[in-house]
Amino acid sequence: MLVADNITKKFSGVTALDRVCLELHEGKVNAILGENGAGKSTLMKILSGVDNDYEGQIVWHAKPTRFQNTKEAQQAGIAIIHQELNLIPYLSITENIFLGQEILTKWGTLHKRRMRDQATVLLQKLRLDIDPATPVQELKVGQQQLVEIAKALLLEPKVIIMDEPTSAITDQEVETLFGIIEELRADNKTIVYISHKLDELFRIADRYIVLRDGKSIESGNIQGMTHDQLIQKMVGREIFIPPPKIILNNQENVLEINGLSLKKPNHKESFILSDISFHLKKGEVLGIFGLMGAGRTELLETIFGLHPTRATGQMYLNGEALHLKSSVEAVRAGLALVPEDRKRDGIVPGMTVSQNISLASLGEQVEKNGFLSNQAESQLAEKYIQELGVKTSSSQQLIKNLSGGNQQKVILGKWLATHPKVLLLDEPTRGIDIHAKSEIYKLILKLAASGLGIIMVSSELPEIFAVSDRVLVLAEGKLTLEMLTQNATEDILLKAAIPKVLQN
Amino acid sequence: MQTTIDSQKKLLSKLQPLIALFVLCMVIGLLSDKFFTVSNFWNVLRQISVNICISTGMTLVVLMAGIDLSVGSVLALSGAVTAGLYKSGIEFPTQNLFVGFTLLGGILAGIVVGGLLGFFNGVAITRFKVPPFVATLAMLTVARGLTMLWTQGFPISGLGKDFAFLGTGWFLGVPVPVWISALVVVLAILLSNKTKIGRYIYAIGGNENAARLSGININRVKVIVYTLAGVLAAVGGLMVTSRLDSAQPNAGTGYELDSIAAVVIGGTSLSGGKGSIGGTVLGAIIIGVLNNGLVLLNVSPFWQQVVKGLVILIAVVIDKANTKNH
Repeated sequence: MLVADNITKKFSGVTALDRVCLELHEGKVNAILGENGAGKSTLMKILSGVDNDYEGQIVWHAKPTRFQNTKEAQQAGIAIIHQELNLIPYLSITENIFLGQEILTKWGTLHKRRMRDQATVLLQKLRLDIDPATPVQELKVGQQQLVEIAKALLLEPKVIIMDEPTSAITDQEVETLFGIIEELRADNKTIVYISHKLDELFRIADRYIVLRDGKSIESGNIQGMTHDQLIQKMVGREIFIPPPKIILNNQENVLEINGLSLKKPNHKESFILSDISFHLKKGEVLGIFGLMGAGRTELLETIFGLHPTRATGQMYLNGEALHLKSSVEAVRAGLALVPEDRKRDGIVPGMTVSQNISLASLGEQVEKNGFLSNQAESQLAEKYIQELGVKTSSSQQLIKNLSGGNQQKVILGKWLATHPKVLLLDEPTRGIDIHAKSEIYKLILKLAASGLGIIMVSSELPEIFAVSDRVLVLAEGKLTLEMLTQNATEDILLKAAIPKVLQN
Repeated sequence: MQTTIDSQKKLLSKLQPLIALFVLCMVIGLLSDKFFTVSNFWNVLRQISVNICISTGMTLVVLMAGIDLSVGSVLALSGAVTAGLYKSGIEFPTQNLFVGFTLLGGILAGIVVGGLLGFFNGVAITRFKVPPFVATLAMLTVARGLTMLWTQGFPISGLGKDFAFLGTGWFLGVPVPVWISALVVVLAILLSNKTKIGRYIYAIGGNENAARLSGININRVKVIVYTLAGVLAAVGGLMVTSRLDSAQPNAGTGYELDSIAAVVIGGTSLSGGKGSIGGTVLGAIIIGVLNNGLVLLNVSPFWQQVVKGLVILIAVVIDKANTKNH
């Protein structure tokens, strides 16, 4: 029904898509696979009319077509749900669904009743039992995603493109989403499903289309394919999977946490984290697993001194009591935090690789007699670019031009330059492609081997198993399990992570 | 290959303000034979020194994605404090005490007042989380009111020859205000490019979250920069007061707009993280030359404002077009 024929797209000389061909099968879930930078998003932008400057052609129902803008694509019946949600937080569900598609009365005013009724029908269809007058900001991320889908369904599309729809929602919400996708398929809608998570694809997709380096590699039925076969098509080479490590010598504790609690803002009595105690040894990678909302990120933030007024409990670094009131003190004490959202909290996009690396250690490493030394700075940058294998044209390249994996390495370099005692990693491989992932894993293991204590929060079990020596599980702000990773199984960890209320 | 094209493009976009200035000078020079004269040259430079001084501080603030609307009022109050203290000292009737001020003492007092007001701006913004726009808008009003109280609404005039040297004197063939603003610019360039705090200013403007998580003491940097902006406004106040031989209660009204214009024309992004002191100096010169040219060409003051506004708009449009290509 929808065929892309030799699509080529160039950005100022760089080829993003190179004669890509693909065919969507009607009434099926078509999965698009590929590493970051393989061209998935670019292709989807062309299919949905966001981008109309390309070579080649799109054939829509046997007719060559070129969508000039999203409106034309929508009218033809193609809807896209972007990875980042595009809802307006202060407006209600109804207002968001009908944004740009408002129904008017004959007086030219908003026909609120009819919009509300239609919104109610759509929400019922998506099994979202919420008053459509609720402001979107009060919804959970998964519910917001459903509102996006409702918004797309309003136009009665034939093709629905979903770009990484599960990247920010809980497992339960994923189940709901899959149920809805199956219903849509039963309605003979064509779904284009973009995701990194292969396990999901095996569950939900009928067909796969692999893109690699801007080329279409292969497509076919997903049945009969194995996990490893798909990965190999995506990456085009064998992947290094770090060997499980079985060292746990009697190193001393570098960090001890005792009875750590964190209050919710503005709620005196309820807690995000309650009574958490654990220790971290030198050279150890401690994995922290938990579902969304378990308090994983908050735990790292609290250790890093970001919530001084709401936190209670004791913390000892190399046996000395610490009372951190800010990130300034945390860094000075020898802690380092690689945040979950690299773009928002990690990189300074307009600065060079070199400036990002030196940012946390200017005073110690770069400043000479009150002035910054260019020479010292570039030496520092080169050292960590080499050591971590950052792929960049030079240390003077802007960090925003690097891939996610390389940006992450620069952030790691920034912290290593401060010679930290404890490294806190929050979802260190989020949004990073498979190949770069294994490089980051190798680095984590190498850093631990050099004696650094590492705490790694992750929502991906394979990641926990790949690098951690010991694992803690959080559920609803409480520590529910602590064990050596070699003794753990996915089952045990998942059971400990699911809140008690849900288990019944 | 790609990188050389990119760097050429970058260079070109950096040179754009310079080219604009050159074209502007040529056009005015063709239309008026008074433009390319030595006396006019110094005249223009002297006129823009105050704006350069203020805009240097403003650049540092804007690089952190902040804004300082209070510079005009701070300039007026500092100037008035210096003039008042130098001319007639201060009396504390209850303690039966009179304190007289030397010229240097008066100048220092004015600068301290400017610094203090800037410091209050910084504290309001960091400690009490007031958005910079609002905090400095409040300061704009407060400082203007204090100026009126201090001067009782009348100019403080007759400050003498020594004080006049700052605004009207010459040193080694160059007007003193030009020396002062040049010194300010050199120090600010050093600060922004060669020191830790300068780097932190860019980092905060580029991504405040990342800067905070890197262990940078954001609040301290901000307070320092707003204090500096206050000090530089005070230095501008000294020059204005000295040139007029009088501290006017309504001095500096609207100066914040001229200085923001210089910053923006100079290519500094109002959203922070990108820009330079050098660019701002060029921006201030462009505005100064434009003002001077419009006067020489007998354009009515009303049209001057219209032209200035349009130039600012065009500068930003061009800048946006440039950044879009990167």
